[in-house]
Amino acid sequence: MSNYRIGIDVGGTHTDAVILDDSYNVIAQTKSPTTTDVSSGIYQALHEVVKASKVEVRNINYAMLGTTHCTNAIVERKRLNDIAIIRIGAPATLAIKPLLSVPDDLKAILGKHSYIVKGGHEFDGREIAELDEEDLYRIANEIKGKVDSVAITSVFSPVTKKHEERAAEIITEILGEDVAVSLSSEIGNVGLLERENATILNAAVVNVAKSTADGFIQALKQEGIEADVFFGQNDGTLMSVEYTVRYPILTIACGPTNSLRGAAYLSNKSNTLVIDVGGTTTDIGVLVNGFPRQSSLAVEIGGVRTNFRMPDIMSVGLGGGTIVQVHGDQTFQIGPHSVGYQLQEKALIFGGDTLTTTDVIVGLGKAELGDPAKVAHFDKTLLENIYAKMVSMVEEALDKMKTSAEDMPVILVGGGSILLPEELQGASEVIRPENFGVANAIGSAISQVSGEVEKIFAMDDLGREQTIEVAKNMAKEEAINAGADPDQLVIVDLEYVPLAYLPGNATRIRAKAAGALKNTVGV
Amino acid sequence: MRLIGKQEIEDIAIGAALLGTGGGGDPYIGKLMALQAIEENGPVELLDVDELPDDALVVPSAMMGAPTVMVEKIPSGEEAVGAFESLQKYLGKDVYATMPIEAGGVNSLLPFALAAQLGLPVVDADGMGRAFPELQMVTFYLEGVPATPMVLADEKGNNSLLNTVNNVWAERIARSATVEMGGSVMLSIYPMDGKTVKRSSIHHILKLEEQIGRTIREAKTHNYNPITEVLKLTDGYKLFQGKVVDVDRKTETGFARGTATIEGVEEYQQDELYLRFQNEHLLAETKDKTLCMTPDLIAVLDSDTGMPITTEGLRYGARCTVIGMPANSKWRTDKGIETTGPRYFGYDLDYVPVEQLVEKEEA
Repeated sequence: MSNYRIGIDVGGTHTDAVILDDSYNVIAQTKSPTTTDVSSGIYQALHEVVKASKVEVRNINYAMLGTTHCTNAIVERKRLNDIAIIRIGAPATLAIKPLLSVPDDLKAILGKHSYIVKGGHEFDGREIAELDEEDLYRIANEIKGKVDSVAITSVFSPVTKKHEERAAEIITEILGEDVAVSLSSEIGNVGLLERENATILNAAVVNVAKSTADGFIQALKQEGIEADVFFGQNDGTLMSVEYTVRYPILTIACGPTNSLRGAAYLSNKSNTLVIDVGGTTTDIGVLVNGFPRQSSLAVEIGGVRTNFRMPDIMSVGLGGGTIVQVHGDQTFQIGPHSVGYQLQEKALIFGGDTLTTTDVIVGLGKAELGDPAKVAHFDKTLLENIYAKMVSMVEEALDKMKTSAEDMPVILVGGGSILLPEELQGASEVIRPENFGVANAIGSAISQVSGEVEKIFAMDDLGREQTIEVAKNMAKEEAINAGADPDQLVIVDLEYVPLAYLPGNATRIRAKAAGALKNTVGV
Repeated sequence: MRLIGKQEIEDIAIGAALLGTGGGGDPYIGKLMALQAIEENGPVELLDVDELPDDALVVPSAMMGAPTVMVEKIPSGEEAVGAFESLQKYLGKDVYATMPIEAGGVNSLLPFALAAQLGLPVVDADGMGRAFPELQMVTFYLEGVPATPMVLADEKGNNSLLNTVNNVWAERIARSATVEMGGSVMLSIYPMDGKTVKRSSIHHILKLEEQIGRTIREAKTHNYNPITEVLKLTDGYKLFQGKVVDVDRKTETGFARGTATIEGVEEYQQDELYLRFQNEHLLAETKDKTLCMTPDLIAVLDSDTGMPITTEGLRYGARCTVIGMPANSKWRTDKGIETTGPRYFGYDLDYVPVEQLVEKEEA
């Protein structure tokens, strides 16, 4: 008896779904249009792929979803939680209030209950001021019944999170367990405003994550599937439903991550550049040891500057549906607009009225699609010029993503990757793996499970080596609890920061373990 | 006199990043502090140096400490109030206006935040015309102005008044007090009368920053080349255009120094530019000629947008244009070159002004 898994990835244009067997062979794949509400597109894709696969639904044990629900909620400013913002840091930090640099429309929604409380720490672990618990109790009573999610950020909490944790205790004591509490120390790094913003966004999308998870589980049930459900997070690993609801912001940008992971799997390469061409954009990322390289810069989401972990992705406004404008003097402009999912109606080769990049490659005989006669009247030199510009747009972005002048292997994935040639400047080889069109859904399905621990340890007790070993084992334990196979676990991230002025040679250790889901073959 | 509101602050921040010549700290925090203070207290008066009475007490304000601390422990905004009160009491005179000590990076915007809060005007002048790393690297020092009496203040209400025998001692004592006070403090430093400000400062630098910022910001909508316009505003020269192909950073004598190698494009094809930096860009040279050196300004701009690129932002693949701008004549004196010239930063070179270097090459 075989075990199957479903992987779904929601993109801007298409929702892709795959079913894999336990050797990761693709049994079935579908592409459905992404819908405005996202969810109905997911149901559609799920229904179609299950039907197409003809596998018995009771043999589907795992279901993985890479979702854009949280990103959309932030970008569209819809369905966001009623939140309270608590910053702990007065008398410091008053010169820049929470949300100051955030767009006005978002400020109006998220800034209704915003407080700065006395407390927080110095860089060396000393207190700036004693935590004002009385003020926190007053705030808790004031916001009771008015908010369903709270974002707490304390100065230098990446060094010591004592004040954040105590504040969370007080909030939960007064508001109850049903009100979600997001702590900045669990979400971002040093850089108060960016970390606070990330925490606020996290708090704002808790309900969206909850309803997405419930919806997905319901959809699976409707198909008769009883599977363990996981969500893709943006470091290329999976998280449980419970974890997703606590850290929903980590689902942001899991789409490009899934493509990268899928590309790594399909090509069997782990240190490469990956180009994912969709309907509207081309996303370029870098695989380092099989996982996406992380961005070292602040990243904007919906106009908000944040600093939580994000994959380093460069997006170019070029996809299969990108509109090409030709002016009277034979000059032209590629993008930035795209016909998106309406390619089948709008592109010339499909009988539409809009010249797209897809028409250009068909006109040049580089792809067989639609009716080439519809673009035969175009001047070939003009089309060649447009094509050369398209390729150079990608080549320049590719070059910017590299860290050195050396050529690197390049993997092409995504439905729109037929736009690109077999040779690219800066690429030592160009690989277009089998099933390249659904690499993202495959990436979602094959993702590993991770476990993470971040704690302050007193190194004096056990010594450095042994303490680190303890931390690693705790991370592995977490991963096993999340469903990972103990025999295949590896530590994928380890970081230790000594904390000055604290007794016992205190060191903050962060360890992350990742591994394949425990395989149930033969059980 | 004119008023500085939010849009002017946004523009000055871009200009400050450019005159920061790659260093000077990210103006972002300073910009947000100024924006909040203006939102709460209204626009700030910007005074022309000529409008300053000779006997007015002017106290420049600045931040000192680790940038990583400041991005986490943001100031309270009240620090300067305490610092100014303490200095006023000691000097027995009210502060008339404040001003920046450097034109690059975070410190070009902090005086606006303080001025808005205290209801003081800002003088359109500074002590560098760019960014430099040490407290004595100001034109005030060249004119013999002492850094003290100065006050350091933290957000907890502590402030400490220093009277030192020279500016080197001021730097040394202030540094250690800063660590004890939490790693990032506000300074009231180099108090001067109006007459001294007129004599020892670099004039109209904020106006220049604002013009640079506006020019770069509006380039796209008005469809002109921002770099050409910036060169006009600064009497600058285009030195090179290319792509960053290598960035080599190493820690040397306690400083993060490095070299960026830029491969030429278009008319610079077949050539390579080496950019030497230590926080700020200090030297631009090719294999066989020097194109610009400190104290003249070297800025690296994104070739498309004209936006300044910091030394941390220099990464493989960045398409950039390197420009050189003549330093203020105060820096081109013997004492100025001794204080911030190429030899002070460890380069075995005699200072030659950028316009001569460029002319030599063109001849």
